Amino acid sequence: MAALTISHSNPKISRRKLRGAFSNILFYVGIVALICLVVGPFLWMFISSISPQIELSATPPHWFPENPTLYRYQALFTRPGEAGVNIPAGVEKFLKGLSNSLIVSTLTTLICVVTGTMAAYVLARTEIPGKTKFMTGILSSQMIPIVVIIIPLYLMMQKFDMMDSIRGLILLYTGFMLPTVIWIMHSYFLTLPHELEEAAMVDGCTRFKAFLKVIIPLSGPGLVAVSAFSFLSAWNEFFMALIFTGANTKTITVTVTEFSSQFGVDYGLMATGGVIGSIPPLILAFLLQKYIVAGLTAGSVKG
Amino acid sequence: MASLTRISRRRKDDLLFIILMLLPAGLIMAVVTIYPLVRSFIISLLQWDLTKPNLAHVFVGFDNYKYVLTDPTFWQSAKVTGLFVLGSVSLNISLALVVALMLNREFIGRNLVRMLALLPWAIPGVVNGIMWKWILNPSYGALNGALFQLGIIDKYVIWLGTPTGALIMGILADVWKEMPFIMLLLLAALQTIPKDLYEAATVDGANAFRSFWNITIPLIKPTLFVALTLRTIWALKSFDLIYTLTSGGPSGGTTVIGYYTYLKTFVSLNLGRGSAVAYLMTLVVGIVVILYQRALYKEVRY
Repeated sequence: MAALTISHSNPKISRRKLRGAFSNILFYVGIVALICLVVGPFLWMFISSISPQIELSATPPHWFPENPTLYRYQALFTRPGEAGVNIPAGVEKFLKGLSNSLIVSTLTTLICVVTGTMAAYVLARTEIPGKTKFMTGILSSQMIPIVVIIIPLYLMMQKFDMMDSIRGLILLYTGFMLPTVIWIMHSYFLTLPHELEEAAMVDGCTRFKAFLKVIIPLSGPGLVAVSAFSFLSAWNEFFMALIFTGANTKTITVTVTEFSSQFGVDYGLMATGGVIGSIPPLILAFLLQKYIVAGLTAGSVKG
Repeated sequence: MASLTRISRRRKDDLLFIILMLLPAGLIMAVVTIYPLVRSFIISLLQWDLTKPNLAHVFVGFDNYKYVLTDPTFWQSAKVTGLFVLGSVSLNISLALVVALMLNREFIGRNLVRMLALLPWAIPGVVNGIMWKWILNPSYGALNGALFQLGIIDKYVIWLGTPTGALIMGILADVWKEMPFIMLLLLAALQTIPKDLYEAATVDGANAFRSFWNITIPLIKPTLFVALTLRTIWALKSFDLIYTLTSGGPSGGTTVIGYYTYLKTFVSLNLGRGSAVAYLMTLVVGIVVILYQRALYKEVRY
């Protein structure tokens, strides 16, 4: 009430208030525009995935499908041989691709996080000659373009009969994710006080036991961040999957690029595959956003 | 005496602990990155053409490098890569900074915005390519449809039809995917700046621009540099997007160096030359990293 009377008696303040309200409106218009730009393209892919083929080729586009359909989702989740749905080419590989991606990403994450955390702990807590050089090496190796080492890897995979194999892909992904995992966990361990393990070791714990029983339980946020990050990277990886997988081990990213019919590229199906393939990383990113941003900030800002 | 043996035993246990903890990760990285890095350099010095399996892999010195450096398609690709990196990095960083500054305040729906910003970052790169290829489709694409309905264009445009058009669209698709995450990094850095710094500056009579230039920029410079370095390297490595969106075309207009190396190696099947291109690319990445680090340290030291 008091504010109101003042603003009546003082036109200057009311104008300032008006300007404040106006800039507020402008701000929210900006926010809404931003959200539309970020979400719009993905939303359109989803809308396309539930539009029947006829509506996909409508001009102007049907922004909201008149007859939304889930037949593509149904087709992608139908096992080969099951009757009833007309299955376009490439679809029978989709389920296999999904399960391959799930297996490879999960195991990569597991191996990466376990071995990477062990190494990061030692690097954060002990004095080893050449440690700084090693850490610089780790940081730089994150920057190596994969294409540089793809040829030796190719020859190696052939020699050890690991082309088109799950274990080969896991080995490669683990090797590429480890530097990032080590880097992030290393900077995380540096934030934990030394006294923690020292106290445990005075009480008679071995170093390993102190690490396992004292440090690991305190490393939740860091571990969540690197796990999410490893899983996401493995799930989204395409270049190595393109080169090293074959009929048996194609991952989801390779599978979705292969959808085509006798009429050319089937965009409806690709959109559907794209939506399904994005669901696991999206769930992960949204659920764990706090940890991911914090972990990556720690990992990159301190770099 | 007894205590001495205990100490040395302790030290031995420590050493064993260190080795066992480092061994698994070290071994994997040695096999998957260090050894291939060395071998790749050696291959780049050999004549190794998979289309001619009878030819011996003789040592040819730097002939592969000479061949690549005199190949006009390499320079074409280098130019395209330069333009792509320049466009993508400058747009990414400047937009991310503007949006981060805008979001650096309390408002309703802030958490929602931050969560949605992770969407483009989280989806697979190939899905990004497929999605934009569909949006940019000349006959049925959403972009043509929307612009036509709004009256901005009077006939449908073939967005990916010219080399320049395709490159610009590639850059925009890349910015869509990468900008929001850079924005989150910068936002996190902005939020570490204490508010009273700005209050003090205002008391001293500084306007918004001066506060921005003299407080904000210096304080987020480290993050800015990290973002710049990471973005440059990632843009140099771009592959997934180009593969799905344009396949390097039209007429090589979007054949960035990562895609060029892939073509040289797995389509032309010339391992020696492919390795040479790859090593040249690493050299560029290395130079970028060193340049940025130099600049960063100079800034921090002043």
